[in-house]
Amino acid sequence: MTDLTRHTAAELAAQLADGSTTSVAVTQAHLDRIAAVDGTIHAFLHVNPELSLAAAAASDARRAAGKPLSDLDGVPLAIKDVLVTTDMPSTSGSKILEGWMSPYDATVVTRAREAGLVPLGKTNMDEFAMGSSTEHSAYGPTRNPWDIDRIPGGSGGGSAAAVAAFEAPFALGSDTGGSIRQPAHITGTVGMKPTYGSVSRYGAIALASSLDQVGPCSRTVLDAALLHDVIGGYDRHDSTSLKDAWPSFAEAARAGAQPGSLKGLKVGVVGQYSGEAFQAGVMTRFRESLEMLAAAGAEIVDVSLPSVEYAVAAYYLILPAEASSNLAKFDSVRFGMRATLTGGGTVEQVMSATREAGFGPEVKRRIILGTYALSAGYYDAYYGSAQKVRTLIQRDFDHAFASVDVLATPTAPTTAWKLGEKLDDPLAMYAQDIATIPANLAGIPGISIPSGIAPEDGLPVGIQFLAPARHDAKLYSVAAGLEALLHAQWGGPLNSQAPDFDTSSRTQSTRGGA
Amino acid sequence: MAKAKLMDFDKALELFEPVLGFEVHVELNTKTKMFSSAPNEFGGEPNSNVTPVCLGLPGSLPVVNEQAVRYSISLGLALGCSIAPSSRFARKNYFYPDLAKNYQISQFDEPIAFEGKVDVELSDGRIVSVDIERAHMEEDAGKLTHIGGATGRIQGAEYSLVDYNRAGVPLVEIVTKVIYGAEADAPELAKAYVATIRDIVVALGISDARMERGNLRCDANVSLRPRGQEKLGTRTETKNVNSLRSVERAVRYEIQRQAQILSEGGTIIQETRHWHEDTGATSAGRPKSDADDYRYFPEPDLLPVEPSAELIAELRAALPEQPAERKRRLKAEWGFTDLEFQDVVNSGLLSELVATVSAGASPQAARKWWTGEIARIANAADREPTELITGAQVAEVQLLVDEGVLNDRMARQVLEAVIAGEGTAREIVDAKGLAVVSDDGALIAAIDQALAAQPDVLEKIREGKVQAAGAVIGAVMQAMQGKADAARVRELVLERAQA
Repeated sequence: MTDLTRHTAAELAAQLADGSTTSVAVTQAHLDRIAAVDGTIHAFLHVNPELSLAAAAASDARRAAGKPLSDLDGVPLAIKDVLVTTDMPSTSGSKILEGWMSPYDATVVTRAREAGLVPLGKTNMDEFAMGSSTEHSAYGPTRNPWDIDRIPGGSGGGSAAAVAAFEAPFALGSDTGGSIRQPAHITGTVGMKPTYGSVSRYGAIALASSLDQVGPCSRTVLDAALLHDVIGGYDRHDSTSLKDAWPSFAEAARAGAQPGSLKGLKVGVVGQYSGEAFQAGVMTRFRESLEMLAAAGAEIVDVSLPSVEYAVAAYYLILPAEASSNLAKFDSVRFGMRATLTGGGTVEQVMSATREAGFGPEVKRRIILGTYALSAGYYDAYYGSAQKVRTLIQRDFDHAFASVDVLATPTAPTTAWKLGEKLDDPLAMYAQDIATIPANLAGIPGISIPSGIAPEDGLPVGIQFLAPARHDAKLYSVAAGLEALLHAQWGGPLNSQAPDFDTSSRTQSTRGGA
Repeated sequence: MAKAKLMDFDKALELFEPVLGFEVHVELNTKTKMFSSAPNEFGGEPNSNVTPVCLGLPGSLPVVNEQAVRYSISLGLALGCSIAPSSRFARKNYFYPDLAKNYQISQFDEPIAFEGKVDVELSDGRIVSVDIERAHMEEDAGKLTHIGGATGRIQGAEYSLVDYNRAGVPLVEIVTKVIYGAEADAPELAKAYVATIRDIVVALGISDARMERGNLRCDANVSLRPRGQEKLGTRTETKNVNSLRSVERAVRYEIQRQAQILSEGGTIIQETRHWHEDTGATSAGRPKSDADDYRYFPEPDLLPVEPSAELIAELRAALPEQPAERKRRLKAEWGFTDLEFQDVVNSGLLSELVATVSAGASPQAARKWWTGEIARIANAADREPTELITGAQVAEVQLLVDEGVLNDRMARQVLEAVIAGEGTAREIVDAKGLAVVSDDGALIAAIDQALAAQPDVLEKIREGKVQAAGAVIGAVMQAMQGKADAARVRELVLERAQA
């Protein structure tokens, strides 16, 4: 019997359509896989097999009645815990929201349900999406399926690892400075950050409102595109949502995978993303991918983004500033954790004790940083200057996109590092986002796809493509074009080459939620 | 609460120049809240008019109420302000349990309306021009109720309850520039300014403008500077002033209180003060320094508000007439004497009269009700007439008089019952069986009975002593328990004398 968890979402959709499998079978296969490996990987914070199987059975009934909700009806989906759900706890990886049940679904979750997708559970993440390793989760780290002693990237390490470990065919993530793309790079999967405003943020627990964007994680470009088609588009609940009519991203991916699609494509290679900070194996695979693109008829040109030098610094002012305000609502008054003080205490004392006990160190670090950056007398020097850098970076991109169709960079400087290795060095952790942050600052889309394995450590690396705002379809097409060439070379997706991991090693963790 | 020592008002004016400034918050009467689809309704079960947005639940996002923007633009235009082609919301960050997100979405450096001017008329007809610095949009906070403790204030309370029904109600905050030169008129100007704002928002139909419900709230900034000094004194900001009369009293009180302290060599603390209607005094609130750090930054969840020139032109064309112009028109339409009209204006009852007349009462009848019976009841209860009854309710009573259902005495009785909340005028008439007896048969029977008791009356009338009828009318009214139309009784008695 074939292992249903090894199939892509597109393949599963086809099998569901031709009746060769059922949603219950597909869902059960993934639940079994989760039961078998997630004690080790810890990609999920919450799984509810009954709920998933009920949704799967409902899907099968619809299909039997000839009324599937979409082509993807019945395909399972993992959901990052930053997205609120009515039937599963939503903690955003934080103690302060332990067990919290939202009275409403995030718009992307509603759309996934309306398309008949079957939620498998909520995936682990750095607390409030602050981190690049998922080690900052209040519920213990997620492990990298390629090497369980290593981090899966972050903040969406749970969604990436779930997809990489075949616990889910695809997953929802959120990307504020690389939280979808960097874990994709680290786990040999695909991750797409859409144009700011193209996917609703309603129900995504806010980290930094002007940077956050929800997007898909998967093992293939087509699957990411299929999921993006489901979740994308205007939402009246999100004022920053774009009213554009979007093309089908799945069609763009399918067209891009056709031979000859890369001919005449102008790819800009950003000079700033090379050099010492970048691991040799990362650069080797990156250059090979560029050669492959060139061989397929693409024109590779050098471009410069002079202001990206300041991107990380600007990002780490804008993000904490917005986060310090967004996270103020976690005060114990209306929802979530409440510290109990002997003698009761005043409301200020209870708020303070709750925030002290409920937030982890990285969250506190950024709240303090952001509060400081917004303070009277410092605002102009910090937040104000950071916004100016943001404008300069946007101009850099405008300038670059005047002469190229897409930009290409290595997604992140290094492959997966060991758990704990950078925990005491926040700056080293922040530097991991050097190539992903500019897209968030400029609001443009970015996709990371696997470009191979670093020879020196056998770990996956990714290549990132960036396109002008609203040109998400272009990214799917280009990424699918390169992916087709790489798959031909590898004989299939990169993750089929991942070594088996030892499931006897259990992750120390506290389970979030009910 | 012990009243502070106060300096005589005239003495205070001799020594100091009062300097004023006002922040008036207007709650807009939109159907839904500023940033969510929750109903914008007064009252209701606590925490029933809420959505995830008003509760600041994780993941929720604000969406601007277009109607609130239109109302704000109209108000800005009525205040003579310029309307910003692009204005932005900002977050005002501070922790307080009535603030669901622990930040208030307001406008900071880019308000929707700025640089305006309002003409305010004093009771003697003088016009004072008040410069408006800005009018900006923001959301209201929830309402805290402190349980336990003696004062109902947070200090000493055992616990507090919070109702988020008001959280997110749309507000426009109107900020004046510093007002100099009001001198002894300062208290009256304060009242007249707020009354003018109230008239404007009522005329625009954008707010219920009921001060006792907090639809219209005034923070009065008062400072004194010694005569001959250039530097401004330290100001206090008096809050919780929820009637026109209180605005006047609070400003007068602060002038007298500050003058006393300054003349004793003391210093004024920059703070908010709370007005207490019962004691007629203010008490210290929280210290307020110019260095309060709200860490304002542009609200990233919202786009700039960019009203088109067409929309602004459309709203400008739809503006109601200016208050002064309106007064001229109403006086002419109603045919009031100068004295009658000034009486209405000074009592702040113009809008009530308009409402009463538009509901069908004659202008004179409306005037008599509001400046007579209603003012008397309000005065006795130490309330504002507008808090007691609406124009439509008054008109309903008057219409019953016009229809001959009620006589004057009964009408006053019904009015009191309406004010007491016993129902509509017609319901009360039915419930109490108050209608005038219009059946001549019943009246004639009572008249015959009265005449039998006072046989000489008819003779006296025939001799020309018509006033003798009074004794019979009185007896008939008594017999009918007041439910007779006295004029009709008189007619019937006179008819009988001529028979």
